Amino acid sequence: MDKIRNLADLRELKDKLQSKTKLRDKSETPEQMVQIKVAMATCCIASGSRETMNYIVDELDKRNIDAVVTQTGCMGYCYAEPTVEVILPGKEPMVFGYVDSRKADEIIEKYIKGGMLVEGIIPVNYKKID
Amino acid sequence: MADYKIHLLVCGGTGCKSSESQILAEHLRNEIGNQGLKDYAQVVGTGCFGFCEKGPIVKIIPDNTFYTQVKPEDAKEIVEEHIVKGRKVSRLLYKDPKTEKIITDSKGMEFYKKQVRIALRNCGVIDPENIEEYIARDGYSALGKVLTSMTPEETIEIIKKSGLRGRGGAGFPTGLKWEITRQSPGKEKYVVCNADEGDPGAFMDRSILEGDPHSVIEAMAINGFCTGASNGLVYIRAEYPLAIDRLKNAIDQARHYGLLGEKIFGTDFCFDITLRYGAGAFVCGEETALIHSMEGGRGEPTMKPPFPSVKGYLGKPTNVNNVETFASVPVIINKGFEWYSSIGTEKSKGTKVFALAGKVNNVGLIEVPMGITLREVIFEIGGGIKNGKKFKGVQIGGPSGGCLTHKHLDVPIDYESLVAAGAMMGSGGMIIMDEDDCMVDVAKYFLDFTVDESCGKCTPCRVGNKRMHELLVNITKGNGTKDDIDRLMNLGNVIRDTSLCMLGQSAPNPVLSIIDNFREEYEAHIAEKKCPSGVCKALMIYEIVPENCVGCTACARACPVGAITGERKEIHRIDPSLCIKCGACMDRCKFNAVIVN
Repeated sequence: MDKIRNLADLRELKDKLQSKTKLRDKSETPEQMVQIKVAMATCCIASGSRETMNYIVDELDKRNIDAVVTQTGCMGYCYAEPTVEVILPGKEPMVFGYVDSRKADEIIEKYIKGGMLVEGIIPVNYKKID
Repeated sequence: MADYKIHLLVCGGTGCKSSESQILAEHLRNEIGNQGLKDYAQVVGTGCFGFCEKGPIVKIIPDNTFYTQVKPEDAKEIVEEHIVKGRKVSRLLYKDPKTEKIITDSKGMEFYKKQVRIALRNCGVIDPENIEEYIARDGYSALGKVLTSMTPEETIEIIKKSGLRGRGGAGFPTGLKWEITRQSPGKEKYVVCNADEGDPGAFMDRSILEGDPHSVIEAMAINGFCTGASNGLVYIRAEYPLAIDRLKNAIDQARHYGLLGEKIFGTDFCFDITLRYGAGAFVCGEETALIHSMEGGRGEPTMKPPFPSVKGYLGKPTNVNNVETFASVPVIINKGFEWYSSIGTEKSKGTKVFALAGKVNNVGLIEVPMGITLREVIFEIGGGIKNGKKFKGVQIGGPSGGCLTHKHLDVPIDYESLVAAGAMMGSGGMIIMDEDDCMVDVAKYFLDFTVDESCGKCTPCRVGNKRMHELLVNITKGNGTKDDIDRLMNLGNVIRDTSLCMLGQSAPNPVLSIIDNFREEYEAHIAEKKCPSGVCKALMIYEIVPENCVGCTACARACPVGAITGERKEIHRIDPSLCIKCGACMDRCKFNAVIVN
């Protein structure tokens, strides 16, 4: 590592490093951001959810979208795995099924960026208790 | 390389470390390796999360899962269940003691809800041994901004307008101190960080140095720029080995990155920091004593003025600030004085770190905005009194502070209100007492501490406190007379008025404030020869109730000094002249025949 010789050096270094701890800042205020939950139980992982999650995290970063991606347990829709839940700020959660990287790309471009619904939504068919 | 998707933050403060958090972090790393997730999940050793009551803590980001009391053998389950399958390990989650509800997200914890973390902003978030994590979170940008685009006067003006006051106890306006040091003539000046934290039960400064050493280094450099000093010294007690290690490491890293040393940020400003170790004398927290100790002399205070800002280390102008004060500086520069002064009360701005200790559910480290009430701190953040007992008092400001009671629970915490209530801000120790604590004993304990720590230089402190201590010992032994309370008050006031330094001036505070608030307890000890809380051993008399005694001899066999006599199946007797009041007989008796009077 070279020495920091001026303010520009520091800023450059900070920009390079920022993504490493950004996740910790984001987790403080998830409700203001796009929240994405990827189901990651054994069954989901076997269907490729880890690849999906990696793809989503990397792509969101590349496309400069502020989002918190967390993993969660099995959502129960094992027939449609990998399943991904997307919560846009102030909106109802939306669950998508069969999310491979192609589908994930479509979800990011159309739903997250443009707010347009895409094929493959799994309607909520249960109630949650608090 | 892609960034990690999951961060496992493991507390590496002294408290959690002594509960094997380091081994735990190692196990977590191994398990993650075993699962082939090395590029996916990252284990980070951080500073203190503050929730020391239930350490070691593991926090999982981004879902904010807060695991408490995690043991090394739990690592496998956490990785296999949570990291691999996304299922939280519910047995390790924090359970709210009041509602019995399991809390999965740390933001839902009462402990964190009312806190505002400024000085502790990076504690429990970054790896203190890695300067890059500090830089990633805006680290050293305040120093860069000040050096390249501001004058020392402008910087001092910001600190003045922010309303920041010394967090070491006395609350002197920080900006003003910086200005005085700047205006003092002299080519050679010094910046000193006072890390000689000596109050019993206080660990704020230690936790900041362990969790975020760079913030202190950055602020010292800013101070150097403002005052015209190019040498920084940290006076730290040798009994803080982890803080020393991390600070040393941080200084080395800062030098390596060119953030300490010559021509910082390409300007003509040069600054470097060295460490000085203290042997742990309480009086060396007083700035003049601290300076004498650094010079190699005896740790004794001298008269002020001259203040260190004018004539300090080696006779040169020296700016002495506390760790917590320094830790607040970079944020103020970055976010502006308007932001900082919007937090807190009219005269006390910003936040204060407190170490909660004693009989409270959530023992730990907290940072709260000034003006919050004691009730909120003790009953909401602190989670109330342990084991459902009744709250009795809280000692604020350590052995120099005072003891407040339930009638002060709604007093806002700021410098002026606490003094008006008979306590003081002090460095931030807060010891909570419940109905089982004897207040006379508490007063004796704190005075015991100050008598021990008095440097002996001036008579009121050296002799006066000793005499007060003797009076208290007499009272707790049942030999008090009814003039003793007046005598304590007289003596206390004289010591307060005539001692040289704050140690002596404040030593009688606990005794006097306890007389104010718990006079009836002193009177019970003196007039009735009774300790209402059953703490003062000399005033307790163990007796056997003849009706309940069956003559089983269990108590006689348990007695270590042979004070109990009586034949089998006959009523036993305790000889009070032999009894050492250990309570062994009471524990052993199955028939409730042993009682204390």
